[in-house]
Amino acid sequence: MADKSQVCSVWVGSETGILKGVSLSKKQAFNFCEMSCLSRDQEVCVLGWGDEHETEVLVGSVNGTVKTFSTEKGIFTETRQCGESTQGRFTGIAVTDSALITCVETGLLRVWKEGSTDTVEINAGTNVCRMRQNPSQRNQVATGGKENGLKVWDLERPETPIFTSKNVRNDWLDLRVPEWVRDMSFIPDSDKIVTCTGHHQVRVYDPASPQRRPVLEAHFGEYPLTALSLPANQDSVVVGNTHGELAILDLRKGLVRGCLKGLAGGVRGLQCHPSLPLVATCGLDRFLRVHSLEDRSLQHKVHTNTLSFSYTLSTPEAITGDVEEVKEEGGEVDEVWDTMEMINDQAKKRATDEEEAVVTGVEKTTKKRKVVK
Amino acid sequence: IMIEKTEPEHVDAPAEFSFPPTFSVSEIKNKQRRHLMFMKLKQEKRKQKVAMKKKKKKERDALGDKAPPKEVPKTIENQRVYDETTVNPEDEEVAFDEGTDEFSAYFNRLTNPKVLITTSDRPRGRTVRFCNQLATVIPDAHVYYRRGLALKKVIPQCIARGFTYLMVINEDRKVPNGMVLCHLPDGPTAHFKVSSVRLRKEMKRRGKDPTEHSPEVILNNFTTRLGHSMGRLFAALFPHDPQFVGRQVATFHNQRDFIFFRFHRYIFKNEQRVGIQELGPRFTLKLRSLQKGTFDSKFGEYEWVLKRHENDVCRRRFNL
Repeated sequence: MADKSQVCSVWVGSETGILKGVSLSKKQAFNFCEMSCLSRDQEVCVLGWGDEHETEVLVGSVNGTVKTFSTEKGIFTETRQCGESTQGRFTGIAVTDSALITCVETGLLRVWKEGSTDTVEINAGTNVCRMRQNPSQRNQVATGGKENGLKVWDLERPETPIFTSKNVRNDWLDLRVPEWVRDMSFIPDSDKIVTCTGHHQVRVYDPASPQRRPVLEAHFGEYPLTALSLPANQDSVVVGNTHGELAILDLRKGLVRGCLKGLAGGVRGLQCHPSLPLVATCGLDRFLRVHSLEDRSLQHKVHTNTLSFSYTLSTPEAITGDVEEVKEEGGEVDEVWDTMEMINDQAKKRATDEEEAVVTGVEKTTKKRKVVK
Repeated sequence: IMIEKTEPEHVDAPAEFSFPPTFSVSEIKNKQRRHLMFMKLKQEKRKQKVAMKKKKKKERDALGDKAPPKEVPKTIENQRVYDETTVNPEDEEVAFDEGTDEFSAYFNRLTNPKVLITTSDRPRGRTVRFCNQLATVIPDAHVYYRRGLALKKVIPQCIARGFTYLMVINEDRKVPNGMVLCHLPDGPTAHFKVSSVRLRKEMKRRGKDPTEHSPEVILNNFTTRLGHSMGRLFAALFPHDPQFVGRQVATFHNQRDFIFFRFHRYIFKNEQRVGIQELGPRFTLKLRSLQKGTFDSKFGEYEWVLKRHENDVCRRRFNL
């Protein structure tokens, strides 16, 4: 179990409550579930990293429990009850130093401190669709939902949000434009927040500027945008909608740079790799796909049996290791033979991969030797 | 004498008349002469083909018992690209998924199907007759006139009256061409393209009208995960009763992503032979989209959408 979980580079949560780890090098999904107690109310709503080093995955389910899964050990280490199912589904989960932040659909944002049972509570309005944490300033979170605009909260001052957005001006018929924030993300190195809406708009807000209305608005498609992610390089954003259309939009002018093909079902989770130009998507068509952002081609496609109802997360080191393996022909074998030449930083991951390669590649070495060399 | 040619499209075999080295039938400008040349070319090819066949048959007869087995011709179904979503019968995850999805109530015998059949607004005669015939085929089906009502408003009313399925036949130019099949409590909505509709009076050698008995259901070739969901969708239209009364059977046969619907009456003449009589309408369906939740084309989430240009890339890959 432990070795399986260490190989996995992408984590996906499913509708039946199973946490799946996907290893892109092996093109396989491994199931990690707790004591085979599957039920629909264990359906995974949110996934989040438990710590900075990405060794723990937090899994939030419909029935209000948050489970901690350790990637090194390969088992669920902890379960805590954070609210009941009557309060709505989890819409966001995050961790600051020793505190767990959860947000549910009814708008109740809670900070659960380690050790003590009292929580700091913030009411973020009704119908919250998503809550996200600012990766650079860990005590700031943003929430947004249906008819509930974007609000940025500072957890140290829980009474009022530090930024409330204002809706766009009335349209050309002088009717109020409906608002439905589905997903948002903090743009690194600046204060700005980009959101995608259920009315196929992508908006950028700047709390530093005096205007509370969006700084930039862009449209894509005709269907609700469900997920959003920022790639490593600045100025672009990847969005997905309910029809399975993925697009890369440019944030400088708000134009569509290109579409990623292949998805047949609604996009539920979208995550860009922090350094490489890759994006992983999971959706209702039961496939996990990894696309490259430069040439918009499909790099990996893995079948996960159940509907992926939640977010994918990826570990950076493992993805680099896997991507390099795939690019080389007969990667496992090459590593065994080329360990002397490999001087780079991924020495640690190479070591673990090496062990695997030795075990699995022994039978193949004799055959592959002729092919590779 | 074999003359070597370097042209791609060319007669390559010993010809009765010789050609200059670089020659192609398409280079003759005169249409009549070109036509004659082409005909000669084709006759040559046909002769060679017949000769090859004869030779092979002779060899085969000569070998007798030791002849290699006859090669199976390649068809698109044979060459189908292996689909990774093909369901393994022992898969626990899929079994669990199916045990708890929206159809589980039906498959656990908790509910009986009740179908509401309607059309798009102002249907013409053919569609009306089609709906009536469908209502005889599906037990406990009721046909209602649409009256221009919005489907989103119809659905809560149906749920209140205990319907389990909503079937809307869409009509275009006096002919049914689409179907929306919505499983009611909160189930998936499938949108199909309907083609090749044959009503009862257009069918040759048909039997008498179907009776009130519940038909048996046959679902053929729904192998992938999506196919499984579709199979369950169709199966839940009919009452789940293993004791078959009345020798009627409704078949949903999937081939190359087209679902063929046929309705027959059968009779077993003896252990090995069955006689069948086709009654009832026949039509073909092609799945265009499967949406989670009841009908909501604008804001609903789609589990699968047919994207024609992506599917056209490989002729041997199918989804159902």
